[in-house]
Amino acid sequence: MLQELFNLPANLPVVASEHGADVDNFIIYIHWLMAALFIGWSSYYIYVLWRFNGKKNKKADYHGARTHVSSYLEVAVAIVEVVLLTAFAIPMWAKVVEEVPKPEESTQIRVMAQQFAWNFMHPGADDKFGKQAFDLVSEENKFGRDLEDENGKDDIFTLNEIHLPVDKKVVFHTSSLDVIHSFKVIAMRICQDTIPGMSIPVWCEPLKVGRYQINCAQLCGNGHTAMTGGFLNVDSQEDYDAWLAQNTPADGEEGAGALSFE
Amino acid sequence: MDSTEAKEHHGAEHDAGHGHDHHDPGFMRKYIFSTDHKIIGIQYGLTSLLFMLAGFFLIAVMRWSIAFPGEPLPVIGSLLNTFMAGMTSPVLDPETNELIGYAISNDLYNSFGAMHGTIMVFLAVVPLAFAAFGNYVVPLQIGAIDMAFPRLNMASYHLFLLGGLVMLGSFFIPGGPAQAGWTSYSPLATSIPTDGQLYWLIAMVIIITSSLLGAVNFIATIIQLRAPGMTWMRLPFFCWAQFVTAFLLLLAFPPLEVGALLQLMDRVAGTSFYLPTGLAISSMQDVSGGGSPLLYQHLFWFLGHPEVYVLILPAMGVVSEIIANNTRKPIWGYKSLVYSTLVLGFLSFIVWAHHMYLTGMGTKISTFFQTTTMIISIPSVIILTCLFISLWGGSIRFNTPMLFALAFLPMFGIGGLTGLPLGFNYSDIHLHDTYYVIGHFHYVVAPGTIFALIAGIYFWYPKLTGRYMSEFWGKVHFWCSFVFMNLTFQPMFAQGMAGMERRMADGGAGYSVANNPDAIGALADQFLKLNVNITFAAYALGLSQIPFIINLFYSISKGRSVESDNPWQSTTLEWQTPTPPPHGNFTTPPKVFAGPYEYSVPGAAQDYNPQNQKS
Repeated sequence: MLQELFNLPANLPVVASEHGADVDNFIIYIHWLMAALFIGWSSYYIYVLWRFNGKKNKKADYHGARTHVSSYLEVAVAIVEVVLLTAFAIPMWAKVVEEVPKPEESTQIRVMAQQFAWNFMHPGADDKFGKQAFDLVSEENKFGRDLEDENGKDDIFTLNEIHLPVDKKVVFHTSSLDVIHSFKVIAMRICQDTIPGMSIPVWCEPLKVGRYQINCAQLCGNGHTAMTGGFLNVDSQEDYDAWLAQNTPADGEEGAGALSFE
Repeated sequence: MDSTEAKEHHGAEHDAGHGHDHHDPGFMRKYIFSTDHKIIGIQYGLTSLLFMLAGFFLIAVMRWSIAFPGEPLPVIGSLLNTFMAGMTSPVLDPETNELIGYAISNDLYNSFGAMHGTIMVFLAVVPLAFAAFGNYVVPLQIGAIDMAFPRLNMASYHLFLLGGLVMLGSFFIPGGPAQAGWTSYSPLATSIPTDGQLYWLIAMVIIITSSLLGAVNFIATIIQLRAPGMTWMRLPFFCWAQFVTAFLLLLAFPPLEVGALLQLMDRVAGTSFYLPTGLAISSMQDVSGGGSPLLYQHLFWFLGHPEVYVLILPAMGVVSEIIANNTRKPIWGYKSLVYSTLVLGFLSFIVWAHHMYLTGMGTKISTFFQTTTMIISIPSVIILTCLFISLWGGSIRFNTPMLFALAFLPMFGIGGLTGLPLGFNYSDIHLHDTYYVIGHFHYVVAPGTIFALIAGIYFWYPKLTGRYMSEFWGKVHFWCSFVFMNLTFQPMFAQGMAGMERRMADGGAGYSVANNPDAIGALADQFLKLNVNITFAAYALGLSQIPFIINLFYSISKGRSVESDNPWQSTTLEWQTPTPPPHGNFTTPPKVFAGPYEYSVPGAAQDYNPQNQKS
């Protein structure tokens, strides 16, 4: 633990989202508490094993320690935990799960995990998804789309690769076709189990242009190890616009990226 | 007729009221269909140690795959191919196209992963901690002649064995054993075609039934059969720990039994308890839907978390007995220990969903669960602190049981502390399901609980056999285990911090920089390389157990004989019996006059006052 502690910031992977540094800092604060307790206990422990070795200390003391320092220690631990809880964990979690950005201020993406790949759905130029329902989901209609809906005509579908603009919040509405997967982008410090029959949002604000690995963080079958094909491409606004234009389907045509379904 | 037999007859007279006939038990009656709590304890002990060995074998194979993915498994590769046909991947020489060995397929890896967890938790550590130690020691410590329901006790062991055999049987069916992790989350568990999952579910129902029989028996025994004078506050802490553990098993296991039955129905009867609308899986065509995958997770973790305390409380009990005995002074804060254990027991029922932070949990629910999780850390800290402070003022004897018990303290400390960043939801975002979690719970269970249980074996061995285990080989066993245990689990914290996911057959190589050179967030080489170190450390840890295994059996007949019935100069009642204790346990019904840890009482003639002696 000590080795890990002193290397801690070095072990944490690169951060590329707005809230990512908060997650890392919080992990580091907790490790300071852990380090204080561990070093304190260890020093006491080593001293006691030396001091009260039976060869040296022939007669044990029936009463043992007579101080109540330990009670103060326990109270101190409780106080630090209360601070970590109320000042950090609860409000920061609330920000992540309660303040999901509205469609007007964010890119909206639907994620449908399957064994063993990631399907993405982008609302297209009109920023509106067509209607969807879980009872329409099938192997052919992975997102359970209402094919009649006008808003859905320009939706874009891709497999494993999705493009986003940098410096703009993005909301992923995650779900799964088959078993539980977990949509994790390490550099963004987001992780969300994708659960069939449920659509659960998770969001972040990417700050750096780049191509980011998507991990499946939940055992999902014998291809779990190989479910490494997913990438989040965070583009500059120009590159993103170009991607959007290139992939927007013409009238009457199915979303261009849908070809990659095959 | 030697003296032991004479005492056995004597004990049997006490037992006559139970309507047993033990005057001339045959081999079967004495060792297989025994109703004697001591024999049943030993049955549980040997069976669970064998399962532990099997669980270790599985992880040894998996560690090869993690460190050297795709490379042929040495030594046992073709053997494995013989027994689990179709689940290994043949490896061909790229030039000559000749078969050079068998590698571990993903199916095999997932099977072994699921079975490693299941076997270690449900068939090795819990039965050893609760059933083996509890059965052997509790009736002796409370001054009872046996458990309250001896036949129920026998039934409990036989069901446990049956459940274990069903679980092992699944290795030899086409398709192999369950593959969905020890948690068996639905719909994955339901969608994998192997019948191994069916075996898993049936075996779990049998094992749980066995646990419930054991749990009611312990509760009845501890409440009803305490010797005169054995008041609650004179109860050795080990018995308190077992008492609370029994309640945890009794109250937490039934929801999982129900959960397993519902999953069984989903599998065999076409129900949809855990199968939602909108499922598109080619192997499952006619799903009516409307179920909830999260329901299963709740039922599983409602057991799963109390189960952690089922693993740890008996271990803490063992450690307290050994520390009191080998510091030659009372446990510091006995009452705090007892009350903390009770609080821990209650709280352990309301923290379960901290395993599920990332299933889409809102602020209110997650605040509740992380608050209870932080509250439960307080009694844990109190228990550990009491044990640490108990060392102060002692006259410490560093024998083998004490070394293992002492190592438990910092090792469990590391396990507990690393639970903090996982218990807070915000830090869990990054650490969830990484090797950090693996490191965390293995520190709790392996160098934590298992060290404590090994300490218990070295400690109570002289009572079982009348002989000591070898001190020299015990110390070799301890130091090797201690070093390799840490070399195995320590690097996992760094790997987890770097984002390395668990349950990867290739140890994360698929997400490595080498595999994804242009990706940000790929796993750096330095962390991947640790896999090789860990694997060899784990093998060395396995080899370190050889002196223990030889010592365990060799010392039965060849170990140094004990000088008296109470070789450790202990206060508790199990040492105030003949060695080994005959059927019926005590030569005269014990009466209790003192607390459990009256060591080094000022003014006393010797440094221990047994509970059954007036001081």
